[in-house]
This record gives sequence, structure tokens and C-alpha cells, in this order.
Amino acid sequence: MTKGVIPNKTPMPEQDPKERIRNFREVPLGYTEELAIQEALRCLQCKKPTCIAGCPVNIDIPGFIDLVAKGDFLGAARRIKATNLLPAVCGRVCPQEEQCERACVLSKKFESVAIGRLERFVADYERETGKIQYPKIPRRTGKRVAVVGSGPAGLTVAADLIQQGHDVTVFEALHALGGVLVYGIPEFRLPKSILEAEVNYLAALGVHFEPSYVIGKTESLDELLQRFDAVFLGLGAGLPHFMHVPGENLNGVYSANEYLTRSNLMRAYLFPEWDTPIKRGRNVAVIGGGNTAMDAVRTALRLGAENAYLIYRRSRAEMPARLEEIHHAEEEGVQFRMLEAPVRILGDENGWVKEIELISMQLGEPDESGRRRPVPVPGSEHRLAVDTVVVAIGQGANPLLISTTPGLRTNRWGYLEVNPETGETSLERVYAGGDIVRGGATVILAMGDGRRAARAIHERLR
Amino acid sequence: MPRIVAKEVLAPGIKKFVIEHPQIARKRQPGQFVIVRVHGEGERFPLTIADADPERGTITLVVQEVGHSTMEMGRKEPGEVILDVVGPLGRPTPIRRYGRVVCMGGGVGVAEIYPVSLALKEAGNEVIGIIGARTRELVIMEKEMRSATHQLIVCTDDGSYGVHGLVTKPLQEMIERKERIDHVFCIGPVPMMKAVAEVTRPVGIPTSVSLNPIMVDGTGMCGACRVTVGGTTRFACVDGPDFDAHQVDFDELMKRLAQYRNEEKLSLQRLHVGEEEPKCAARAAS
Repeated sequence: MTKGVIPNKTPMPEQDPKERIRNFREVPLGYTEELAIQEALRCLQCKKPTCIAGCPVNIDIPGFIDLVAKGDFLGAARRIKATNLLPAVCGRVCPQEEQCERACVLSKKFESVAIGRLERFVADYERETGKIQYPKIPRRTGKRVAVVGSGPAGLTVAADLIQQGHDVTVFEALHALGGVLVYGIPEFRLPKSILEAEVNYLAALGVHFEPSYVIGKTESLDELLQRFDAVFLGLGAGLPHFMHVPGENLNGVYSANEYLTRSNLMRAYLFPEWDTPIKRGRNVAVIGGGNTAMDAVRTALRLGAENAYLIYRRSRAEMPARLEEIHHAEEEGVQFRMLEAPVRILGDENGWVKEIELISMQLGEPDESGRRRPVPVPGSEHRLAVDTVVVAIGQGANPLLISTTPGLRTNRWGYLEVNPETGETSLERVYAGGDIVRGGATVILAMGDGRRAARAIHERLR
Repeated sequence: MPRIVAKEVLAPGIKKFVIEHPQIARKRQPGQFVIVRVHGEGERFPLTIADADPERGTITLVVQEVGHSTMEMGRKEPGEVILDVVGPLGRPTPIRRYGRVVCMGGGVGVAEIYPVSLALKEAGNEVIGIIGARTRELVIMEKEMRSATHQLIVCTDDGSYGVHGLVTKPLQEMIERKERIDHVFCIGPVPMMKAVAEVTRPVGIPTSVSLNPIMVDGTGMCGACRVTVGGTTRFACVDGPDFDAHQVDFDELMKRLAQYRNEEKLSLQRLHVGEEEPKCAARAAS
């Protein structure tokens, strides 16, 4: 069945690494129409497609790819949008290699179809040609839904429920909409203009947005429940973890959240044209091995670092970051320092970071995560000269709303407990999804949660 | 959007704004703050809520023009809007009957101790106020503080008004006279709060300070505002801003506040250059 198949994905043009580390523009440039058709033709159009089940929001993947192959790019965009309102975002930040592309039949012998690149292409095509089609909204039901948090989970709930005719208001604590997509993910991975277009699309459908509005502070959840028929909590996992090593409060030590928020949300990379500053370190150590760590270390390079170190306590094979991100970081000159862990951070007399002390690790027996546990090598302490340290070892649940709302049940990590079928929390009419339920997960899983909760909310309101 | 309904210059470089924001006006409690962003390219920075009028739906913010962003805010006039005002953030100051309390404010901190003082007085405490400034013309909100206290002592560093000396002087004297003090609340520049903590520490008077570290989001998300209290890292935005003065590492706080000093200088230069440009252009045109 695979006779004549082109074994590899059609490559997507990218900015040259030497060039791109001097700017914040997007790294991949996207397919041209010709490249998209060429890649779409690799799809076998399986009778029983396995890829759809690999997608948390069940996009009709063979369907849209077939339309691409026929050159009907707008049709393809609409096909995706039937189940996914944020295709330009998902095409960029979904871990397709763990989802739809891993389920692709081709991937057994060859490289899978580049589903993510095709999704991105059609979404960009639709936006750039300006031929955006708005779905017909059924008659208003008069039911009101509040969505707390404008990240991927919240936006999905808003999109799904506005299309069912409910009134939807999205409350966002920050001044800009998009949650982690706007404060966390850098411009070079997800241009803010693309996110803005997707948010504008929802606004055009009638979603009402309230930025700079903190539920739990500006208004309590109880008060919201008096004004709305149902509430969805897509709060995110916004509490940065620190290592609790000496010297962590020195000047020049950032949480990844702060470093990325300054650069992305506040555009500190444009300082002084924009007002928010950021330390432009020459020797920057980023601690961690996930996607956030990759975003931070690649940001450091673009802010002018001569040495951008990625310090991770396990080995490369255990790094949780997406392969593509690791690959990009490597191309750009990030120095990977595997099997090392910080012991303490040392400062100068003015309280600024000047060195980090590391200890070498070796891999021992597998731990509960199934990965081999890193064990310190006694006496292997050594120092590295750095002027900036970014701690990217994960986030926890932000307790701000939960701690002010009695009756919301949480698990031992502080994440919300929900009914896995419906997303309903321990409080009636209150649903939740995304990182506030899962801990740090992915955009598309958050969207899957949003979809599930929206369905349950719609059932309740009917 | 939050519109400025009134503005008053309280002292050179210290301006009071009354801003429409019904939700915050309804919700805020003494000790809480807002995060402000003046314009689209602006920084987010915290300002303590000095007062609120829930009926009119307004809050009062007092801003000292110490840097680029506060100067930009200082130029705003009634009728104009502040792009973003978000809050009320932080934990409120615990207001209860302590007995006899001292409320201390230094510089612009007077505007911040005022709502605390007023609430403590209304809660039935005997409130002694001590406020201070470098010189007479920088003393603000004296009248308001008189109404929010039973007794008010005003200090100036140069002796141009009231007691000659720092705010710690009358406090020290009260302690030496063995006057009863059940709690001290203090808001002002870090060196002042540190000095007050050292005065009350030997005699074990519980002392609360309101900390003002650099913040970005103000909701516990970034950790820019971390302070060491009792050897543990806390986030001033969600765990504070009030902390036990005897546990705070003030030296670390001071260093962290100086983190962007160079960038701040550059920003200020640009602000001033920006002012001169139109004049040059006008000259060139003539």
C-alpha cells in the first residue's frame, strides 16, 4: 500500500539560524501553495483513518488534507474550523508528533504526513486572504456563561458555546487576551498578530471579552454565579516553581514566567521603545528541559546572550521538550549541559548573579515517572560564570481564586478535581479544564478539555 | 475604561488622581493595591489604593513621580483614561481591635497608611499617627490623617515643620515613655520601614510593613516581587503586601528594587528628549 510514497515530509522553509537569533520573527516560514499540495498528496486517505483519534479535538484530518490536495484551501480551513477554532495556533504549538502524526499510518515505515504544517498553512491562507467565513449562529438562548481565563481552554469553551447561541463573557486577569499563548509563548514561535486574529474572530462571533478583570479579586466566583448560568474556570498553571537553592533571589534570577512575560506580553525585547525592561544577559543559564525552558533559552539568545546554557539534570533522552524545539535551540547555538543540577547561585556585593554552582548527575534506577532518576555525583561541584539565571522547572496551580473560594475541591498538588467526562468541579454549575486541572500540559489538551466542558455546559443549559 | 475624574497636586512630584472604577471601588479594602498601565507600550506597576468611594464608583491613587512610568501617569489630566487599572490586589490589612496603634507614613507612604489608619480608627482603636517627609512642602494629606487618627505627629527631616527628625524619633520617645503600643503599621521608603522595625524589635511591639517590590502581573504569576520573610521566599503580590517587619529581609528588598536602575535612567532620558523634540521642530519650522 505504500508503494510510491515519498518517505519524508516536505520540508518547511525556515529562517536561517544565524539570521533568526538576531530577531524575534517567526522561525518557520510556512508552506507555499505548491509545497502544501505536494505534502497533501502524501496522505493515503485511509478508509479508516487513525489520525483523527490521535487528535484531542478530532479534526477531520483526511478530509481537510484532501481539500488541500485539490487546491481548495479555504474549504480545507472551514473543514478544520468545524472542530477547531484556533487552527493557526494549533498548527504551530501542538505536539503533533505525539498525537495525530504519531497515529498516521505512514509513520510506521516513513515520516508521517506533516499534518501540523498543513493545518498551519490553511489557517494562514484563510487569514491572509481575508476570506474568513463566519458560521451561522443559531438564535440566542438567553443563557449566560462566564469563562474565567482567556487561554486555549477558555477560548475553546467560548467558541463552542457562542456557536450554540449562548451569551459568553471571557474574563482575563492580564490586559491582553490569550493566556499562556500571549504571555508564555514567544513571538518567534507564535506571532501575536495571529493570536489576535483568532481572538478577533471570536469577538466577531459575539464573544464578550473583559480583560484586566481578576475573578477572585475584582469579583468573586459566588458573584459570578449570580450573574451567569454556568462558569468555566480555565485559570492555567500560573504559579512559578523555584528550586529553593541559596541565591535564588539575587538580581538577574528570573522565573521563566517572569522572563517570558517581560519579553512576550510586555515586549521587553523592544525596550526602550516599549517601557518594560529585561536584563540582557551575556551569559545566561536556563534551568529545565521542557518547552518553557526552550522558549526561555532561545529568547536569551535573541536578547543578545553570547552564551546561552540549557542546564538539565537528566540526559537528552529524558527531556520533555518537543523535538522540534530542541532541534531549533541546537541550530541556534544553545549550549546543552545535560546531567547537571544547580546547587546554589552566587552573587556580587550589589546582589547581582555572577556564578552558578552545579553538581554533575548520573542516571540511576527509573523513578515513578518511568524515567531514570538523576543522582548527584559526590564531589563533582563546579562553577559556571553567568549573569542571568532563568528557572524553568515547571509551574503549579495559582491559588488566587481557589484559595478565596470555599467548596472548590482540589487534589494534593492544588489542581482542581473535576468529573473527567464533563469537567464539572465540586461546585455546581462550575466547570474547569486545561492546566488548572492537569498541571502543565499542552495547548491542545486544554482545548480538548474546553470542548468537553462546553458540551456538558450546553447539555445543562438546554 | 478607567477615566480620571479629578487630579490634584499634593506636593511637588506627588499627584492625586480620582479614577472611575466601580468594581474596584466596591471591593477594595485597606492595604490593597492596583496594577496600572498608562498606555499601550507602558509598564505595569503597582499603586496602593489610597481611598475609594463606592457610591460614586471611584478610587483614589496617589503617585509619586520617581521614574518614567509614574511621570507619564503624572501628566494625565481629568477626562483622560488610564489604559488599565486592575485590582483590588493583595491581601487586605487585617483590621481589628488591637487597642492602641501607631500608624506611620513616610513620603508618599502617607497616602497608603491613610486608609489603614482610618479603618483602624473606625474599628475602635486608639490611633496615633506619625507622618514624615524630607521638608515641609512634601508633607501630604495632613488634614486627612488628622481625621483618621486621634493624635498626629508630623516630622520633617530638615525641621522646617513639626518635629525635627525622622519618624522614628517620636516613636522611640513613646517607647521610652513606656506608652502602651499594641501594634505599629508602617508604610514608606524601605530605609524608613527598616529603621522602624529596628526601633520596635527590642521591645517586641508587633509591627506590620507594606512592601513595594517590582511587580509585573500582580497576581502571583511571575515571582518578580519575591521577598524573603522569616527566611522563606514570599510573593508580595499575593502573600502580602503586608508582612511582619521583624521578619523581612529589607537589604535584599533594596537591592532588588535597584535591579533596573540603569534601564530606568535610559527611559527617563528618552522621556526628556521626547519633550524637547517638538520645540526643536517648531524652531526649525520658523
